[in-house]
Amino acid sequence: MNNLKHSFREIMRYPSAVLGLSIIFLLVVVAIYTVIKIPYNTAINLWRGGEEVWYQNPKFAPPAWINFFQSKKLPISFTVDTANHTMVKTITPGAQGTGTVNISYAFDFQYDDYPQEMFLYFTSKYIQKQPFVSILWLTPDGRKIRIDDLGVTQQLTFPFSQDTRLIQRLNGANPMQALFEDPKTNAIVKGKYQLQIIGTTFEPGSDIDAQFVFQGQVFGLAGTDYARRDLVLPLLWGTPVALAFGLIASLGTLVLTMIIAAVGTWYGGWVDELIQRITEINLVLPFLSILVMIGTFYSRSIWVILGVTVLLSIFTGSIKSYRAIFLQVKESMYIEAARAYGASDFRIIFQYLIPRMIPLLIPGLVSSVPSFVFLEASLAVLGLGDPVLPTWGKIINDADTNGALYKGYYYWILEPAALLMITGFGFAMLGFALDRVFNPRLRDI
Amino acid sequence: MAVTATQPKPIPEVMKKPVTNSTFIRVVRYSAVRLLTLFVTVVIGIYLTIMIANLGGYVDTIMRNDIRDRITQQYAASRSAQSMDPATRQKLIAESITLEENRIGLNTPVAVRNLRYLLNALTLNLGRAINMTSDSGSKEVRLIILERLPATLLLMGVSELSLFFISVFLALSLSRSYGSWWDKLVITLSPTSAAPPWFYGIFFILIFAAVFKILPFGGMVDSPPPSNPIDFALSVLKHMILPASALIISSLFLSIYNWRTFFLIYSSEDYVEMAKAKGLPARDIERRYILRPTLPTIITNFALTLISIVGGAIITETVFLWPGLGRTLYRAIGLYDTPVIVGTTIIYAYLLAITVFLLDFVYALVDPRVKVGGD
Repeated sequence: MNNLKHSFREIMRYPSAVLGLSIIFLLVVVAIYTVIKIPYNTAINLWRGGEEVWYQNPKFAPPAWINFFQSKKLPISFTVDTANHTMVKTITPGAQGTGTVNISYAFDFQYDDYPQEMFLYFTSKYIQKQPFVSILWLTPDGRKIRIDDLGVTQQLTFPFSQDTRLIQRLNGANPMQALFEDPKTNAIVKGKYQLQIIGTTFEPGSDIDAQFVFQGQVFGLAGTDYARRDLVLPLLWGTPVALAFGLIASLGTLVLTMIIAAVGTWYGGWVDELIQRITEINLVLPFLSILVMIGTFYSRSIWVILGVTVLLSIFTGSIKSYRAIFLQVKESMYIEAARAYGASDFRIIFQYLIPRMIPLLIPGLVSSVPSFVFLEASLAVLGLGDPVLPTWGKIINDADTNGALYKGYYYWILEPAALLMITGFGFAMLGFALDRVFNPRLRDI
Repeated sequence: MAVTATQPKPIPEVMKKPVTNSTFIRVVRYSAVRLLTLFVTVVIGIYLTIMIANLGGYVDTIMRNDIRDRITQQYAASRSAQSMDPATRQKLIAESITLEENRIGLNTPVAVRNLRYLLNALTLNLGRAINMTSDSGSKEVRLIILERLPATLLLMGVSELSLFFISVFLALSLSRSYGSWWDKLVITLSPTSAAPPWFYGIFFILIFAAVFKILPFGGMVDSPPPSNPIDFALSVLKHMILPASALIISSLFLSIYNWRTFFLIYSSEDYVEMAKAKGLPARDIERRYILRPTLPTIITNFALTLISIVGGAIITETVFLWPGLGRTLYRAIGLYDTPVIVGTTIIYAYLLAITVFLLDFVYALVDPRVKVGGD
């Protein structure tokens, strides 16, 4: 215990270790938060969901915070709804069971570009007579544009820029531009815009609800992809996946390597010989090609890939270096003593040989995490990522196949890449410092 | 010291013969055993690759369906077959399918087929590809590989060799100025090697191709390729800058760090201190006392570097659309083309085995403490 405390204090002397540890801690917190906040099934349903889940979002929208870094401010997407009272609705009853429903929403528009699209989603309650709405658009410079008048069925979608009557009324101009600019100068008018919906119901109990979806040019914290999916979801879910893959692969590989090396050294003879030969065969096998083959021919499940990765990583050069150390340890006095009192082989291997190696194991464990995290991403980039799970590599692959680099959707690649980089460097920095603490030969160098 | 090394002590005539003879026998016996074990290793390694590329019958099913599709289509399209009565046509189709399956060898048992693959592979008879063709239209696996080899050799050769020499020389000079600002910089930057080359590749494409538009996104030459050889070379060079720098940068700092640590460990040996105390010039100390004992390791790493050149880089080549072996292998896997997969594997395995074998002798040459076959 005291020893552990001492080692910990030693580690804390390295700034890179402190930084690395804080990064890892942060990632673990994010991973736990994600798994609790968005359970596995919800995440997968959302990720694989189509337009019906993501209809409110614009396509290929960069994150909203890029407005801080550029002088040209892009409109931020938002959605307001009378059902959850983000948009105000007032109902005034009239004569003979009729009623007037007034819905209005005012928003500040201080941007230098037009939105992608605007939608109104109406839902209404009626038995026989459909309610009727008039939609009006009030610009900051005092113009009042009649958008449309229409009867509302139970479910109705009204896309502004696909409405032929509106386009006619605007003399063929694209509504997304015409509604936001001065008709004379064609310059964007900034200020308070107001959307007014005046509805009339013709039955008692009849009601109208409306949802106003403003699809701007930028969206949320992470932006959206080609399927309007909010990238926050895969970025968040990529964290537990990357950490789990990296940690399990690295822990599994190291522990198994160590046990096999210990068993081989302890028994010697043909067991040792066999392990050495397997290691040499494994050296001949092309690691990545085999993984790609497994991915293409058999299964792309992340767990199968993980298993094969561990299996192929056991018999590498590290088994030889462990063997060299075990050979030394095997001759030490305390092993001799254990043998003298009649300890079983099992006991000696697991209670005497292996515990000696644990300090040596820790730096290697931490340093090999990034390579496994990147391995998962690499396979995803080759199109062999897990078919259901949202991961960072999958985002990069999606972006790459959709030509994000050519079309300028840089955020799409940079966000997962940054997370991969932070994760990789966090573990690498900590591993580096640990190596210096636990490896006395490096301490002075 | 160099003088004594070139003039060995005169050995009496009587003693000489049995000594050389036993050395000779020892070397021959050792080489034979070593060659045999390496050969068995290669055989098993290749057999495993063949098994993975062919196991479970999944690939067979795909190929069977493919053949059935193709032949049924052929018959559906041919005029003479349409005039036949359905039963005869079905019979003909079934016969053609069996014939085609026999041609590819689908009806021989998997174990036999794998053994045949293995024998062919070991004799470097790489056979014919199932689906892939080389750019010149040949189905010979040998030609497909040979066609892609120059591109891989160029890219990997340039990047791996520069990586090796840059890191060894920088590390040597860093080990001299240990603790300096540059030294600390390299230590700080060495975690950057956690990211693989394609990762840097994407950033490089983003910066130099997408934003600044000064270098191409990918590929190997402009299209259409320039006819003038000088322009052609320049165009290849221009396309190579990004993938090569991605390959170099991704392992540069860790490589320098490792070499530097390695040299430092050797330069803190007592005999180096002794040489310093004697007042030998720094150059001599470096050459004779630090480089000499580290030579086996340097040579091993150099040899492994040479092998990795042949292997190619699957993902980096894919990201940069570089027409090399790595990308061919990736395509071969996608097309379930076992002969091509096995072909690339066998070349790699053979090269590795030969290198490992030769290294033993090289060690004995450069390090007087090592004896071939000695214990």
